[in-house]
Amino acid sequence: MGSLNIENVKKAFGPVEVLKGINLEVTDGEFVVFVGPSGCGKSTLLRVIAGLEDSTSGRVVIDGEDVSATPPAKRGIAMVFQTYALYPHLTVKNNMGLGLKQAGTPAAEIERRIGIASSMLSLEPYLSRRPAELSGGQRQRVAIGRAVVREPKLFLFDEPLSNLDAALRVNTRLEIAQLHRRLKATMIYVTHDQVEAMTLADKIVVLNAGRIEQIGGPMELYNSPANEFVAGFIGSPKMNFVDGARLGETAKTIGVRPEHLTVDPKSGTWKGTVVHAEHLGADTNLYLDCEKAGLITVRIFGVYNAEPGATLYATPDPAKTYRFGADGKVLK
Amino acid sequence: MSTATRSLPRTIGAHAILLTYTVIALFPVIIVIMNSFKSRAGIFGAPLTPPTPKTFDLIGYTTVIGQGDFIHYFQNSLVVTVASLFFVLLFGAMAAFALSEYRFRGNTMMGLYLALGIMIPIRLGTVAILQLMVASGLVNTLTALILVYTAQGLPLAVFILSEFMKQVSDDLKNAGRIDGLSEYTIFFRLVLPLVRPSMATVAVFTMIPIWNDLWFPLILAPSEETKTVTLGAQLFLGQFVTNWNAILAALSLAIMPVLILYVIFSRQLIRGITSGAVK
Repeated sequence: MGSLNIENVKKAFGPVEVLKGINLEVTDGEFVVFVGPSGCGKSTLLRVIAGLEDSTSGRVVIDGEDVSATPPAKRGIAMVFQTYALYPHLTVKNNMGLGLKQAGTPAAEIERRIGIASSMLSLEPYLSRRPAELSGGQRQRVAIGRAVVREPKLFLFDEPLSNLDAALRVNTRLEIAQLHRRLKATMIYVTHDQVEAMTLADKIVVLNAGRIEQIGGPMELYNSPANEFVAGFIGSPKMNFVDGARLGETAKTIGVRPEHLTVDPKSGTWKGTVVHAEHLGADTNLYLDCEKAGLITVRIFGVYNAEPGATLYATPDPAKTYRFGADGKVLK
Repeated sequence: MSTATRSLPRTIGAHAILLTYTVIALFPVIIVIMNSFKSRAGIFGAPLTPPTPKTFDLIGYTTVIGQGDFIHYFQNSLVVTVASLFFVLLFGAMAAFALSEYRFRGNTMMGLYLALGIMIPIRLGTVAILQLMVASGLVNTLTALILVYTAQGLPLAVFILSEFMKQVSDDLKNAGRIDGLSEYTIFFRLVLPLVRPSMATVAVFTMIPIWNDLWFPLILAPSEETKTVTLGAQLFLGQFVTNWNAILAALSLAIMPVLILYVIFSRQLIRGITSGAVK
């Protein structure tokens, strides 16, 4: 229980087409992350799955049942929002129980489920508080708890970590990962942060301008991106793209990740000057202005001392260099 | 004691301006209340002095309460104001919710149409309204006044409230939808409490012109049973003799209910339970 099929879903707001035909299959228990730049339609797709937006055409099938015309409350889903969206007038306990109460679940059962969820998310001390009396992290845990008590077929997360500070984000990310492992539920998670996508997902769906660019596991996307967009979106710092013509190559664009470049002060393929160096301790990011390749980023593991203005040679790893055609697709 | 954010001359300047304004605004009110406690000779002899033991007289109040059915007028004013206010807030908020929440054809045009009434004074339509009330047999009823005042208050209410409703988090409404709340529950339980401060603003702006209005009670409901306080006070205003004691007392009494309503709403203006709902 908990599979999802999206068949040729399109969504247009007036003349603006936001989703241009999305096909996707999610099997039971999978953690799927929609990732893409802002405005790519990932949130709209999630809202179509939730039933908060009607699709212009296409079908949404949950567990083999076409829910395209089913109201959100009857789809067997639960959603966690970016802004928590807790009911300000209700206590934590009632916030979590409201959906079940509306569905006519017996009080004892509601009580039992809230007990389980609140112990899972360590919310027991706060059950009688109102949202205003909680910190940001606690509020997001309540929002997650509200989703858990519904025991849905499908969990939907709409950028749940965006409003949290960096430290809390890492903790909550870990909690969501553990939650998925414990509940073995199907989860769909929207984010614009590729780090969240890479760390949480079983399967990543990269969206751009209303289309799916590529679907695959985190390592699959990293190691064999289908096109220039995916290659540039996955990985941090971003992949370097060099105009093929400048290098005398047949491909339109040559791509190489910053971590697949080595530097040497004496000899190498691309000669360049250091523009800026970022020292992060565990690794060092160098920005080189190369004669042939233009401005590129090099990631060196560990500490590397380089002064701006110094001359360095960068050499790409030929086995990990990507070649893209004029249409942006990878050339095999 | 000058600090980074405060300097003495500036503080004095700001307070001087505010105090001057307060004095100007309160002056007529204080004169009315002061003189309402004085005898006729006291009022005309020294209108600007507070009542002394010699000039103190409750004749105005005894006249008002004894003569004319003033309690009844008060009741009429209160019924009309409270009922109109209730309908303005209810229908105004509902229309504002629809305009801000749902996408439908002609949404913007509908919003403009509903706001049109802000620019066109309702009194221009007095003759037509009177004909309508005569035809529907509503002349000399409080219903007529309530209907007119509701129509009068709605445009501004819709205009202000729809701006505020747009600011209510979409996520919160969607969370309600996923939890199976009906659109009415979402409106009454989630959205209305969050726009309460703006509802209070609209209430104050709607209430005062209704309470003070003389025009429509005079035209639509001048009968003894349906007189409002402002109309009732005209009783003491003769062509040749004017009973100033009674008028001043009536006006002083008329301030009270509206002041009480204002205090109730202004508490709401300050209080906000928005904090903690989102972000």
